[in-house]
Amino acid sequence: MIPAPFAYARPTTVDEALQAVASGGEDVKILAGGQSLIPVMRLRLAAPETVVDLTKVAELRGVREEGDAIVVGAMTTHSDVITDPLIARYAALIAAATETVADRQVRHRGTFGGALAHADPAGDLPAVALALDAEFVIAGLSGRRTVPAAEFFVDYLTTALEEGELLVEIRVPKHEGWGMHYEKFNRVAQAWSIVAVAAVVRREGDRIAEAKIGLTNMGPTPLRARGVEEALAGAEATADAVAAAAARAAENTSPSSDLNAQADYRHHLAQVLTRRAVTAAAGL
Amino acid sequence: MTVTENAAELAPAKEVGQARRRKEDARLITGRTTWTDNMTLPGMLHLAVVRSPVAHAKITSVDLTAAQQAPNVVAVFSGRDFAEEQGSIPCAWPVTPDMVNPGHPSIAVDEVNHVGEAVAIVVARSKSAAQDAVELVDIDYDVLPPVLDMEEAVKDGADLVHDQLSSNTSYHFVFDAGDAGTGANTDEAFTDAEVVVSRRFIQQRLIPAFMEPRSVVVQPQGDNFTMWSATQVPHVLRVMLAMVTGVPEHKLRIVAPDVGGGFGGKLQVNPEEVLSLLVARRLGKPVKWTETRSESLMAAHHGRGQVQYVDIAADREGNVKGLRVRLLADMGAYLRLITPGVPALGAFMFPGIYKFPAYRFECDGVFTNKVPTDAYRGAGRPEATFAVERIMDELAVELGVDPLELRRKNWIKAEEFPFTTVAGLEYDSGDYDAATQQALELLGYDELRAEQQRRRESGDPVQLGIGFSTFTEMCGLAPSRVLGSLAYGAGGWESASIRMLPTGKVEVVTGSTPHGQGHETAWSQLVADQLGVPFEDVEVLHGDTAVSPRGMDTYGSRSLVVGGTAVIKAADKVVAKARKVAAHLLEASEDDLDFSAGKFTVRGTPGAEIGIQEIALAVFAAHNYPEDVEPSIDADATFDPVNFSFPHGTHICAMEVDTETGMVKIRKYASVDDVGVIVNPLIVEGQIHGGLAQGIAQALYEEAVYDADGNLTTGSFVDYLVPSAADLPHFDTGNTVHAAPGNPIGAKGVGEAGCIASTPAVVNAALDAVRHLGVSDILMPLTPERVWRAVHQGGDGGDRAPAGTNAYGGAQTESTAGVSTDASLGGEL
Ligand SMILES: Cc1cc2nc3c(=O)[nH]c(=O)nc-3n(C[C@H](O)[C@H](O)[C@H](O)COP(=O)(O)OP(=O)(O)OC[C@H]3O[C@@H](n4cnc5c(N)ncnc54)[C@H](O)[C@@H]3O)c2cc1C
Repeated sequence: MIPAPFAYARPTTVDEALQAVASGGEDVKILAGGQSLIPVMRLRLAAPETVVDLTKVAELRGVREEGDAIVVGAMTTHSDVITDPLIARYAALIAAATETVADRQVRHRGTFGGALAHADPAGDLPAVALALDAEFVIAGLSGRRTVPAAEFFVDYLTTALEEGELLVEIRVPKHEGWGMHYEKFNRVAQAWSIVAVAAVVRREGDRIAEAKIGLTNMGPTPLRARGVEEALAGAEATADAVAAAAARAAENTSPSSDLNAQADYRHHLAQVLTRRAVTAAAGL
Repeated sequence: MTVTENAAELAPAKEVGQARRRKEDARLITGRTTWTDNMTLPGMLHLAVVRSPVAHAKITSVDLTAAQQAPNVVAVFSGRDFAEEQGSIPCAWPVTPDMVNPGHPSIAVDEVNHVGEAVAIVVARSKSAAQDAVELVDIDYDVLPPVLDMEEAVKDGADLVHDQLSSNTSYHFVFDAGDAGTGANTDEAFTDAEVVVSRRFIQQRLIPAFMEPRSVVVQPQGDNFTMWSATQVPHVLRVMLAMVTGVPEHKLRIVAPDVGGGFGGKLQVNPEEVLSLLVARRLGKPVKWTETRSESLMAAHHGRGQVQYVDIAADREGNVKGLRVRLLADMGAYLRLITPGVPALGAFMFPGIYKFPAYRFECDGVFTNKVPTDAYRGAGRPEATFAVERIMDELAVELGVDPLELRRKNWIKAEEFPFTTVAGLEYDSGDYDAATQQALELLGYDELRAEQQRRRESGDPVQLGIGFSTFTEMCGLAPSRVLGSLAYGAGGWESASIRMLPTGKVEVVTGSTPHGQGHETAWSQLVADQLGVPFEDVEVLHGDTAVSPRGMDTYGSRSLVVGGTAVIKAADKVVAKARKVAAHLLEASEDDLDFSAGKFTVRGTPGAEIGIQEIALAVFAAHNYPEDVEPSIDADATFDPVNFSFPHGTHICAMEVDTETGMVKIRKYASVDDVGVIVNPLIVEGQIHGGLAQGIAQALYEEAVYDADGNLTTGSFVDYLVPSAADLPHFDTGNTVHAAPGNPIGAKGVGEAGCIASTPAVVNAALDAVRHLGVSDILMPLTPERVWRAVHQGGDGGDRAPAGTNAYGGAQTESTAGVSTDASLGGEL
């Protein structure tokens, strides 16, 4: 397939990128790894006037430590995320989920920021960012603002990013001493999640002190399973307690029905997968 | 006959049997070859096909003006422009005398009958200019109700696909063993039976999904045309295109360069091939058309697509008494090359390896508003094998006996070969018990059965099942007289030539056109042995009708069995011709010459010898050769087999089923195939692996799904799930060898075996895992959702929701690949 014609800019700094976006005309698209954007353009589901390619913007790559958070540049590739020592230490869930994304070729190009900005409900990283209470740093011509994950994902393929804005980095609070697990359910190795569950659990002795559960593909945006979180807070760290809490995983979800699963089956999967994810994250 | 006897006939430095790496692979894998789409000719124009966004409609108006005025567009055509000269895509297999063929225009004129049907063609100076103008073609449709469900389509008063016809049924084909004299009366067998089991199985539509998309280049030169096409069948294509377009056959040259897979999907005379030729003729310019993947999925022919009503009769002891099969076979909107023949070919395989005394087969070919079906790896035989191997399991359950014991009780015994079946086929050789024993050992059967028992007793959420498929198939297509008796429009012979070059190197020309199978390697091995020349000295030429003028191409596991035999026969003629020259040069009598390892020696005269490669030079110089022969030792041969060959084997699958999620996972897979004598074990192993992948894919992953409007919702590889190596288990493969008596190689064919055998083994395994939970059938593919529903809600898992998944924003057919709707961006409708 061949995309419709478009103009192309390749800035080297965030400021240049913002300028390029501002002057690119009516419909400007930002290109990160291109693993979602290019297929959509080739299918002519998107036909932007200008494409602003961020691959040469060095300041958007890499992971650094900043106080009680780690900061992941939007253009950090999936494969760099998987091998990053800071992520491994403070937010291993991100690496675990990223390893399930597509295949090596896609992971070498696709980026953390691109996956989040794309906000595909079947994408694996939005629910992970939500479960880890990440914050999104967004740059515009008028400066920078920070949006919590809970407000970043607005609707199907829609985020808090306004026209002309760039996602520059993602701040993830350090989760030292937490257990984490990403439980992905899909039919073939390279496929998106039918449903997946991100579990982040802090134990105190025999009890679960706190749990944060992110759900992938259980609605137009990633969701937190608040009912499960409530039920787990202070619960005994036992199989029965986890199972009872996981039974609430489908509350307030609105999954779609498609070739892979109808909504009722997704409801069921969310419960089974939540039980498995929490069990693993809690080290049971 | 055994391998060793047969091998002894071959030259001592044996190539046959060696696991040679394929000599063609380096260029194929690295892309250092010329695929059709790599071709660039001076002044070449590019075609883009505008496709129907609706499944069934009358075309009410066509406006090409905007597209014609687009930059770099040279011409835009609609169906009207070719209505007089396009003829019909040929159907070479009228399976019954009264079969109804509505005709198949390459480009729709008044009416569209499936989503993706060509409605206009843009010709431009670049591929992107052609693609850009697709959206400017403006066609209005008066939409008709789509006919999508075969069981509805055959009811009285059903909506019609073709309103000029009286029904949606193309033909009613019957094979009745009682009438044919090959078996008893089937109705009586059922009336008298102690046990009858009836089932309805669904063979879902599949998409061949070859790796290289279809691609065509046509070059007109004067009144000659050369077409390069990514086709399996350049020879068939040449004849058919000549008949369809009126370009005389001798003015038409077809070249299939290296071709990246076909699986039957390129055994076709494609509408786009016809259109490319018509456009090139109209404009007098070279043209190229290459499809996108989305176009390929929706517009290249599909495979399978059957509703199977199967009844089996038996006595209480488990002796089978009769088999009755009634099929609805999905033709799609039109009949392509062998659309109607695929299910009819299957008719002869439903009895499988079992001694049914009575058998009746009936098939209705049914039109639907979907892309036509046609050959796909196995073509008729996987469908038949699935039905018989599934119903044997159902009968075993009904009788309360072990499924393998039931099979053993009824299959043909080794000492009974050759065996004429109730379908009238003469099975050539084999030993079903030996293959089964070996497969059981490879699997570690007893241990897995014990584990299955443990899991059942402990109520493990992950249950284990074991499924069998003891199968045979008919290969080596085909004896020409048999094809004639089945009303097929051509023969099944194959042709080969061997040219001895002056330096002693050998050119082998084969009419069997490879598209990834490894003919160049295998044929070189055959010729190296036969002529006693080094493997490296042999070059195999194919795929160009100017180089290889006669051939029937590659499909139906025929190449080695039929085409390889033609090569052997040509080589024998070369040796016979060389013998005369050798006798002359050695001043000996022909009768005193021995030929071995490429040399003629004179019996009783040590030192008197001459090599066949030296003889090649001698006849080239032609200074000294016998009076009564021509100065050439080159030879041609054409081989027409007298019977099919019948590979067989036992496949056993052990399957884990997670009853909480419905996820199935193959725990272990063992297959023992008897494909006759093995020329190259590496190629055989590769064919088995690839076949297993495709057969398992039918069971677990692949399905062409249409929504209620007739849109293909599995319109990209996001939703049409083709498994990769990561999704498949390790395969434990083995072989038994019973040489095929019908050809000098002893080979039976291996191209389709894995694909034919594996599907029922996998489904039987999954059912065996959950049958104690009340499950007796699950529709293919066994998606986790279907398995979960069958386990927890009863039934067969039910239909899937047709909506495509939302990856890529729910990319779907109607908004992709040149379909002109307002959904496609910038579309003007
Ligand atoms: C075969 C295949 C399989 C895949 N499987 C999975 C999977 O299993 N799980 C999964 O999660 N993902 C999967 N993906 C998607 C993959 O993770 C992509 O990398 C990701 O969704 C997009 O990242 P990208 O860097 O390629 O972004 P792009 O495709 O370049 O951009 C995606 C969107 O985000 C916008 N964007 C990108 N960067 C910014 C920015 N800094 N600021 C503002 N907007 C921005 C773009 O404009 C575009 O709209 C798969 C992709 C492919 C091709």
